[in-house]
Amino acid sequence: MNPGESINAELIVLTYGALVRQLVSDLENVASVNKQLDTMGYNIGIRLIDEYLARSKTSKCLDFRDTADKVAKVGFRMFLNTSATVANWNADSTECSLILEDNPLTDFVELPEGCEDLVYCNVLCGVVRGALEMVNINVECSFVKDMLRGDEVYEMRLKLLSHGAESYPFKDDD
Amino acid sequence: MSFSKSKGRTCSESCLELLSIELVHYYNSQNRAPPAASIEAIGFRVGRQLVERYTKDRPRLGEHLDVIKFICKEFWGDLFKKQVDNLRTNHRGTFVLKDSNFRGLTKLSVDPVLPGCPVSSPSASELAKDYLILPCAIIRGALCHLGVECTVTADATALPACDFTITIKMQR
Repeated sequence: MNPGESINAELIVLTYGALVRQLVSDLENVASVNKQLDTMGYNIGIRLIDEYLARSKTSKCLDFRDTADKVAKVGFRMFLNTSATVANWNADSTECSLILEDNPLTDFVELPEGCEDLVYCNVLCGVVRGALEMVNINVECSFVKDMLRGDEVYEMRLKLLSHGAESYPFKDDD
Repeated sequence: MSFSKSKGRTCSESCLELLSIELVHYYNSQNRAPPAASIEAIGFRVGRQLVERYTKDRPRLGEHLDVIKFICKEFWGDLFKKQVDNLRTNHRGTFVLKDSNFRGLTKLSVDPVLPGCPVSSPSASELAKDYLILPCAIIRGALCHLGVECTVTADATALPACDFTITIKMQR
């Protein structure tokens, strides 16, 4: 895997922190901050997938299990330089959890009073959702465990909604 | 969490690029406050926090010139992967920092101007303007935190080179 250019993580971590802080003061409630973070993540995700495809040199995903694995092992490693484990599959292989023990985004973070409901890392859900949507996999994504709120790990629940089939003939780019 | 834990940690550069694109996009689509003000506030805070971390183990920087040199070399080096190429000053509180290949703008694509066509697409410096608010604010935040009150403006007429002008507020 091509490592790409890497930068000091502090810069991105602090920039993200300042953004969340700004949103908390700009928007009227924590719920809309969570929603906005997810939307921003989505917009990032739909661009980020291009870089993933260009740089990761991974082959086509065989099934949703394979997809989850690649998000956790290759995706998180490539962009945030950390990795997640995939766990808690349901019986039909349509739902799983990505477990993050080490999350650089929250390095300097403590939730202040009044923000207990803030899903600080919600941007990651949006990123995963946006990126997968661009490769025809529609998922629902949300945090069910959050270390900032006292859990022992970050757990992101990933739920496969539909898997768009690619139909032949493939449409060429104009 | 502890400082040592995050020290030396790295991320993909594209994370920051994507975040900064989205920041500009989001604040431009809001029609309440002027977009620049919020991005300014974000950058200012980041600059202050970063410089505090970088300078915690070093002696106090005295003169304005020392502070500016620190920004040009170490701070710039860490943020943008290279040092400032050229530093000029009028010795009366204005410094011009020239970066001949500014990291934040290398991926900005500008429509080529075709001969004979009326210029309809925005020029490079107009396009770059929104994306320069954040770096300018980071630099201003850093300088302020080191005791140099100033304004920072950027001019990107000759991409990918970019001039940053720091004007120090004179004490009366």
